[in-house]
Amino acid sequence: MKTHPAGCPLSGAQIVDEYFIENRTRLLEIAAFLDRLDRVDRECAMRDFRMQVFRDAVDALGTPGDRLNRIQLLLSDPTVEPLDRLDRKSALGAYDRQAKESRS
Amino acid sequence: MRYIDHHAHMVSRTTDDYQQLALTGCVAVTEPAFWAGWDRSCGDSVEDYFRQLTEFEPRRAAQYGIQHYTWMAINPKEADDRALSRDVLARIPKFLDHPTVLGIGEIGMNRITRNEIATYTEQVELAIAHHQLILIHTPHLEDKLKGTRISVDVLRRYREIDPGRVLIDHAEEHTIDLILEQGFWAGLTLYPQTKISAQRAVDVIEKHGPDRICVAGACDWGPSDPIAVPRFIMEMRRRRHPDALIERVVFENPARFLSQSPKFKVTATGAAQPARVG
Repeated sequence: MKTHPAGCPLSGAQIVDEYFIENRTRLLEIAAFLDRLDRVDRECAMRDFRMQVFRDAVDALGTPGDRLNRIQLLLSDPTVEPLDRLDRKSALGAYDRQAKESRS
Repeated sequence: MRYIDHHAHMVSRTTDDYQQLALTGCVAVTEPAFWAGWDRSCGDSVEDYFRQLTEFEPRRAAQYGIQHYTWMAINPKEADDRALSRDVLARIPKFLDHPTVLGIGEIGMNRITRNEIATYTEQVELAIAHHQLILIHTPHLEDKLKGTRISVDVLRRYREIDPGRVLIDHAEEHTIDLILEQGFWAGLTLYPQTKISAQRAVDVIEKHGPDRICVAGACDWGPSDPIAVPRFIMEMRRRRHPDALIERVVFENPARFLSQSPKFKVTATGAAQPARVG
């Protein structure tokens, strides 16, 4: 028999009370990261495929509803074909859509 | 609170970590076969690792009252090497009767190459042939969604597979529906950066309920936390979830899944019965 989801026992006000400070910190860390990159190399922020997706993800935060899943999909490889050969061992954190388009 | 960590690479951890696990309520760990962080040179090297998993680690864990079980596989990071994979697969059957080996794992994709899929498919067939539980690794970061889809597609080709005997690990928000809807178990591995956090894992439980979901630390040689499951417990309590729900996720669920192997002796309601080793 399926167990119904519990939901979150906290009220909205309790969630804000409990989690505001740590998420304020995260928000400031993201702002500092973007400012740091601007100071050092503003073009990189525009050029690097990871940062292009990062900007799209930040924009997605502004639209309510299922933000996390939308950002996960922005970051994910949408293709279905396996690689013919191993290119590297590790993932990079975001999918390079422009490289895929230039290859095809 | 007692708990089971179904995914812990203890060969990479110090004995102090076993002590931390014991002090925080861990009664059993299961250790999937893993990548050493560098590629092994031959099958003999992997076989020595299998001996470490089956002979040495259970004794180390037992010093702290923790039961140690393991899984056999060529792991996804080395699965693109077809020659090594074939060599290792030929060596696995002789370990499957060992009293602490629960099944085949962790198998799956890394970068999702044709070779990785071929090796994964052969390991699924090995599990079917020997009636083993299966533990599946899903890839990291941008590769996770594609790798999970292909892993599930391969499993669905085999009518012999009971999805209730397969746990698909490292699930996140964008893959968990795909896993649960097909009847598989889902594992949430709590990791500082590249997997799911304790807070997000609790969100998943709140949205999906606890059915067929387990949590684990997946601690290894990289930045990771051997007591990640107790941090999940703390996060559940922070949100005022009842202990019965928490214990369901951290103890009863893994006990239910793992007890499908008759070798796993920690029952959902009873006391631990140490496995005999060596």
